[in-house]
Amino acid sequence: MDVVGNIAGIVLGGLSAGTVLFIVSVGLSVTMGLMGFVNLAHGAFAMFGGYVIVLGMNRAHIGFVPALALGFVTTAALSVVLERLLYRRLYRSGELDQVLFTIGLIFVFIAGTIIVVGPESQTLQLPPALSGQLNLGLLQYRTYSIFLIVIGFLIGISISLAFERTRIGAQIRATVDNRRMAESLGIDVDRLFTITFAFGSGMAGLGGGLGAEFLGLDPQYALKYLVYFLIAVSVGGLGSVIGVYYAALLLGVLDFVLKLYLPVGGTIFIYALTILLLLLRPQGLFGGKET
Amino acid sequence: MSETRLETQALSRQFGALRAVQQIDFKLDAGARHALIGPNGAGKTTFINLLTGVLPPSEGRVLLGGRDITATTQAERVKLGIARTFQINRLFRGLSVLENVCMAVTERLGAAGSMIYPAGRRSDVIDEAMELLQTLKLADVARHRVSELPYGRQRLVELAITIGLKPEVLLLDEPAAGVPSAESHIILDAVERLPAHIAVLIIEHDMDVVFRFAKRVTVMVSGAIFAEGTPREIEANSQVREVYLGQSGHA
Amino acid sequence: MSDVAAAKLVTGVDFAAHPAARALMRRHRIRWWELIPWLAAIAYYFAFPHYLGFGSELLITVLFALSLDLALGYAGIITLGHAAFFGTGAYTVGMLAYYGIWIEPIVGLMCAALAAAVIGFASGFVLLRTKGLTLLMLTLCVTALLEQGANMARDITGGFDGLNFTIAPVFGRFEFNPLFANTQYLYTLGVLLVCFAFVRTLVYSPFGQSLTGIRENILRMHAIGSPVKLRLIICYTLSAALAGIAGGLSAQTNDYVNLATLSLDRSATVLIVLILGGYGRLYGAFIGAVVYLVLEHFLAQVYPTAWQLGLGLLLVLIALFARNGILGLGEMLWRRYEARRAAA
Repeated sequence: MDVVGNIAGIVLGGLSAGTVLFIVSVGLSVTMGLMGFVNLAHGAFAMFGGYVIVLGMNRAHIGFVPALALGFVTTAALSVVLERLLYRRLYRSGELDQVLFTIGLIFVFIAGTIIVVGPESQTLQLPPALSGQLNLGLLQYRTYSIFLIVIGFLIGISISLAFERTRIGAQIRATVDNRRMAESLGIDVDRLFTITFAFGSGMAGLGGGLGAEFLGLDPQYALKYLVYFLIAVSVGGLGSVIGVYYAALLLGVLDFVLKLYLPVGGTIFIYALTILLLLLRPQGLFGGKET
Repeated sequence: MSETRLETQALSRQFGALRAVQQIDFKLDAGARHALIGPNGAGKTTFINLLTGVLPPSEGRVLLGGRDITATTQAERVKLGIARTFQINRLFRGLSVLENVCMAVTERLGAAGSMIYPAGRRSDVIDEAMELLQTLKLADVARHRVSELPYGRQRLVELAITIGLKPEVLLLDEPAAGVPSAESHIILDAVERLPAHIAVLIIEHDMDVVFRFAKRVTVMVSGAIFAEGTPREIEANSQVREVYLGQSGHA
Repeated sequence: MSDVAAAKLVTGVDFAAHPAARALMRRHRIRWWELIPWLAAIAYYFAFPHYLGFGSELLITVLFALSLDLALGYAGIITLGHAAFFGTGAYTVGMLAYYGIWIEPIVGLMCAALAAAVIGFASGFVLLRTKGLTLLMLTLCVTALLEQGANMARDITGGFDGLNFTIAPVFGRFEFNPLFANTQYLYTLGVLLVCFAFVRTLVYSPFGQSLTGIRENILRMHAIGSPVKLRLIICYTLSAALAGIAGGLSAQTNDYVNLATLSLDRSATVLIVLILGGYGRLYGAFIGAVVYLVLEHFLAQVYPTAWQLGLGLLLVLIALFARNGILGLGEMLWRRYEARRAAA
């Protein structure tokens, strides 16, 4: 029936948008939970990776998958450089300094992008395999959206498993839980920070590229979606992969629906809901201790 | 017969499966000089946190002057007359020593909500704070920022703030902790000169201090009261020696 | 006789003579250099008669930054949502004027302050039980909520296009002339003076001292019996009221209000202005506003991207090396100078 198809279409649209939010935000959730560092510039890393991926495909004619890999690696590399040189100095500083620093970084990224690339928005050319429609029995839906949902799910599962099963995952969990104890157990917390930060930023870059179609890609990207990334992370609960997954999907669906039916000011409900949720549970849905 | 100023009844606190404090019945009389000792992790600081309202109990009651204060907040309890020092200093490091003490005195006098007249006009506050600093031999550094002082004197400022609250019950959490032994006597001198009517409970590890200062001692092990008595009795108690003092006792 | 008086008799010590006590008792006295900003503002009026519009904007920014300083610099409430109160004040004035309900400016400002204070109290009451990232997030959400709400209600608020209106003359006599902004400037200066006097009094009062205590060590404040949450809410409400006045002034001097008054951009800008000047120091707002707006006026017009890049780099440098802004640097240099003089 058409109504069901309609609803399914909307849900799928929202889920794919939410998945992009998840892929970008998961890195922020983990690094914030691990390092307690308020990194408002996370969206700027997503933007950077997005530009690498899209420009790589459009101008250098790299294939889709290689471009994604390039985006991940370059963003991760950039983040390592910035972390070692700059972020590191502010770990012990107060929250205000971290906020100022990362806002400054955002401006630098935005201005830098305008200077190097230009102020226009970039479009992602989907590879032929992923364009077009997919027949899902119930309805026909955009292949790319389905692809995103599946990829997001796989990424979520992989990261969760990595947390549970690998040694580094255990180290991260231990450090999030009790940093001093982890240090006294011999865990190299500094190295852990760098690795996690690199991974999280790489993920953000990947998300920036994958979502270039949905969220657009222009120099204002770093600021435009910052509030959404922060919502996904705080509502989900810092350091919780499951939390940010559900929160991002919920956010994606809500935003999609509201923009569709209440295009003017509809997102007010998202902010109201966030406020309500964070007041009832300041540590987020799946968060551990208080922030 | 001294009146009981602070009392707990079956006070307990659990953290999940961990029983940090178990069924403590405790009495502190006016003018008491009472020491609380026990191995690390025995629950002493948790007990103080329960007494001051920093932590709510899982069970039991806290009574001050016969009145049940279990449901009151930390700030309310301070107003009612309980004050404590922290094991690690909690000071206004960027402010001067005098300002630190004035903050406490102003609060106690209920003057801290005033928005119109300058704080500097309250000469009663400043005089009282200066007098307190004089008593604790801190007057020479009154103008210095707390962060500029050596640790021992910072610890003394911690004590000054607490005394400035004119409490009836004073809980000292290892007042000489972290203070180099060359400086610790100034803390202990100050503790000895506390007004006689205040009920003082001091958590301590140093048995010399306990003997010098306390009239009664409570030994806490694994969250429960293990033994209670005068310092001599505790020292002579072989079980306590085993559990805590070790084979080398105190001469 | 009080204990203190008795002690004085015994020890014979006059505490009032002690340098530390004297310093505290004198702290609130007005020093000569505090007149400089005001003299400069009056001089500006005569020196730049064709730039009074810019001057008004500058004074409004000072007031806005000052309001943020109360919350951030003195109480330590880190917020990216102060535009919520600025916008509330602006829209209050704007809508009262647009719908012909009230066009007289001074009471209009009082309404703006009241409306912003209500929002400040309501949001402070629920938000200030959180801290850190959660609090920051919530301040962002409140502002975004108001912005979207104003957008949604665009039939009455004018939405993106905003509202145009006219304000009645001040005291019935001094007209707001859009071409020659002398009334705007003097009016704004007068309001700023009154508000500044209020903030200065507050800061030196025992209440202001306790705010500093909360910022320095909130746990210790609890431990001396201070009703911390109440103090924070009062401070936040007052700060909101002042920001509302700034917003109201902005609406009155421009005869215009739109959604930009509620934007994240505005919150971020006022934060930058305050940090640049130096927070927790009363006059940081003045210095920050002057430096920022003058630089922006000359650079942003001509090279907007370079301006953004420069601003970003400046923020990074401030966060790393000069967290107390220009005034902080000045203080540090003064201390070094004094130390050298003492050593000599």
